[in-house]
Amino acid sequence: MRQTARMVPLRVTAVFRDAWLIAGKDLKIEMRARVGINQIVPFAVTVLVLFAFALDTDQEALRTYAPGLFWVTVLLASLLAIGRSFAVDLADGASDRLLLSGIDPIAVFGGKAAAIAIQLVVLEVLLAAGVVLLFDVTVHRYGLLVCAGLAAAVGVATAGTLYGALVSGLGVRETLLPMLLLPVVAPVLIGATRAFQDAFGVAGAEGWAWLGLLAGFAAIYGVFGALSYGALLEEA
Amino acid sequence: MSTVVAATTSSKATKVLGWLTLAGFSVLVALAFAWVPEDTRITEQGDVVGQFDAVRLMFVHVPSAILAYTGFGLTLLASLAYLRWRTDWWDMMAHASAEIGVVFGVLTLATGSIWGRPTWQTWWEWGDVRLVTTLVMVLVFVGYLAVRRIPAETAVRARRSVVIALVGAVNIVIVNRSVDWWENRTLHQQSTLIARKIRDETLFTLSFSFAVGMVLFAWLLLHRFRLAYLEGQIEQLEVDEALEERRAEAGLSDDSEEQP
Amino acid sequence: MEPAVRLRAAVTLLGRFPALAGVDLDITSGEIVLLKGPNGAGKTTLLRLCAGLCSLASGQGWVLGHDLNDERRMVRRRVALLGHRTGLYDDLTVAENVAFWARAAGAGGTDVDEAIERLSLTGRLADTRVGRLSAGQRRRASIASLVVRRPELWLLDEPHAGLDQQSRDTVDMLVRGAAAAEATVVLATHELERIQVLKPRVVSVVGGMVRSGSHSADAPNGEDGSTEGDRRVP
Repeated sequence: MRQTARMVPLRVTAVFRDAWLIAGKDLKIEMRARVGINQIVPFAVTVLVLFAFALDTDQEALRTYAPGLFWVTVLLASLLAIGRSFAVDLADGASDRLLLSGIDPIAVFGGKAAAIAIQLVVLEVLLAAGVVLLFDVTVHRYGLLVCAGLAAAVGVATAGTLYGALVSGLGVRETLLPMLLLPVVAPVLIGATRAFQDAFGVAGAEGWAWLGLLAGFAAIYGVFGALSYGALLEEA
Repeated sequence: MSTVVAATTSSKATKVLGWLTLAGFSVLVALAFAWVPEDTRITEQGDVVGQFDAVRLMFVHVPSAILAYTGFGLTLLASLAYLRWRTDWWDMMAHASAEIGVVFGVLTLATGSIWGRPTWQTWWEWGDVRLVTTLVMVLVFVGYLAVRRIPAETAVRARRSVVIALVGAVNIVIVNRSVDWWENRTLHQQSTLIARKIRDETLFTLSFSFAVGMVLFAWLLLHRFRLAYLEGQIEQLEVDEALEERRAEAGLSDDSEEQP
Repeated sequence: MEPAVRLRAAVTLLGRFPALAGVDLDITSGEIVLLKGPNGAGKTTLLRLCAGLCSLASGQGWVLGHDLNDERRMVRRRVALLGHRTGLYDDLTVAENVAFWARAAGAGGTDVDEAIERLSLTGRLADTRVGRLSAGQRRRASIASLVVRRPELWLLDEPHAGLDQQSRDTVDMLVRGAAAAEATVVLATHELERIQVLKPRVVSVVGGMVRSGSHSADAPNGEDGSTEGDRRVP
């Protein structure tokens, strides 16, 4: 009877409930293990510092390029977060149990993507503070900054979850993930950088139009990932 | 179930196509270097301007680009066909055309870059939509081939590949649009195709190069497809052999223990 | 009665290695089946196939009435597989792990408490992170997170391996409980004498094939059930 209850029309509710369950589990593990705070955030801050060294402490250049540097850093750190999200499931065979649980793959996709997106948002907040402090940037449009940050995080998380699942379980996943994912999230880099340039007031980009691109990207990969995730998980 | 297959990727068709390609290419070289005049114009001030000999790169660059896009387009179509019919045939077709697409994609980027140096005074122009789109597309399909190279069951590999090919296709559109918007305020808005009037000799040679390119494409595709097919056959033979061994292993143990 | 497992010439490939090379096997509902055979014989793959985690390269198979070729997802939610790995998250406590898997299977909170109680994981143990448990405790927690699912088919892969006396007794208790609840149990183990009391049907797995109804001294009660089944046309 449990089985039939799963299949009846309330499937949408079940998908949301299960996605929430998965996301909650992933986030709880991250809060406990603190890999994000102890390793990924310091890594990201280090990258920012390296950029400052590379640009020869030229304050003006740093201010101009801060949006681009910010998003390159987020993308690099996102690779770690995505890899980590799948490593947790692989560690002791939980990925098999997720398959055996009968949870709809759409819910697994949604849950994992949501958890990664939330972690990325936290990372973005910390990095934004870092950029403001280290690169001497001032924020002109807070609304745009927040919206672009959210949309880009969702976009990277959805595309990343899709590719993370595709490479998870493969011996070469650490090297394959960046190679597959980075060309795909290139538009996010362009769009989010433009939006931040506008928000920081360093260039007169049409930030809100770029926000549209980011939202579209997130929507496309959200739908695409949800639809194809089942086929990717099927791999025995 | 092990079928005996010829250990060659050539057939009558590929031999004909191969000779046609060779002959066509020889003619193309002759046309491009001897017949087509160098690109020069005399301005009102009496200065001689133009691309001079560099224009001849067009006969490699433009057909390469078309072949690359044909290859990627065919990969997308074959992937969609695989989704519909789920046969290895379409999977192998997707693989073969992706590989050819990458080869010509790289050739396109290389010749474009070499051509860009004398004409635009730069090896690379980030503002150019076609350039950047082609680059990202080649990168996506290099990733596609990398995934295909990972040993896996045929069906699993095919499923992964379809996802990457479809994402790649969507991605190309997004990249194309975003690069277009990204640089739409720069000077470099003009498309790279020559906007001004083209000479008859040049036009003919360009069309001829397309034709040679298409024959070359067909020739490579047939070979590459047959190679994939033979690889599949070998894989199947190996599995059959392993299966025999495994069953023999079971049989041996039958003897060692008492029979029921 | 509907057979719990029915395999016909089932071949499963791991990469290009045929782990199962044409298995014919029938297991009736409520049966306790012991898989016996040397390492590398294909016992683990056979259990994973029955769980719907491996695919059939050729042949046919049905588990709990679902076709293994195209209804594996239906199979998966009705079986429990206890493998070499625990399927638990090290950073979550025992109670959190069990609760997570219970909710994933749509079970309620009372099921969680019951399972934790049954596997004597109550008290401080329940609030300990799995990463800090001993191997035996981890295995018990793993079993508890399977018990909550109320599976109809138990697939146990070396359930006694590396466990202390108390945990072994727990495993035996689990098998007995499952049998009492009329679930089907298929287990691969080297601890034959422990299972003997349950009078299982012994099936030998050798070289990726099944030789059923062994008459070896280990299992005097071995019924030749599946040889009979082999002759039936599915």
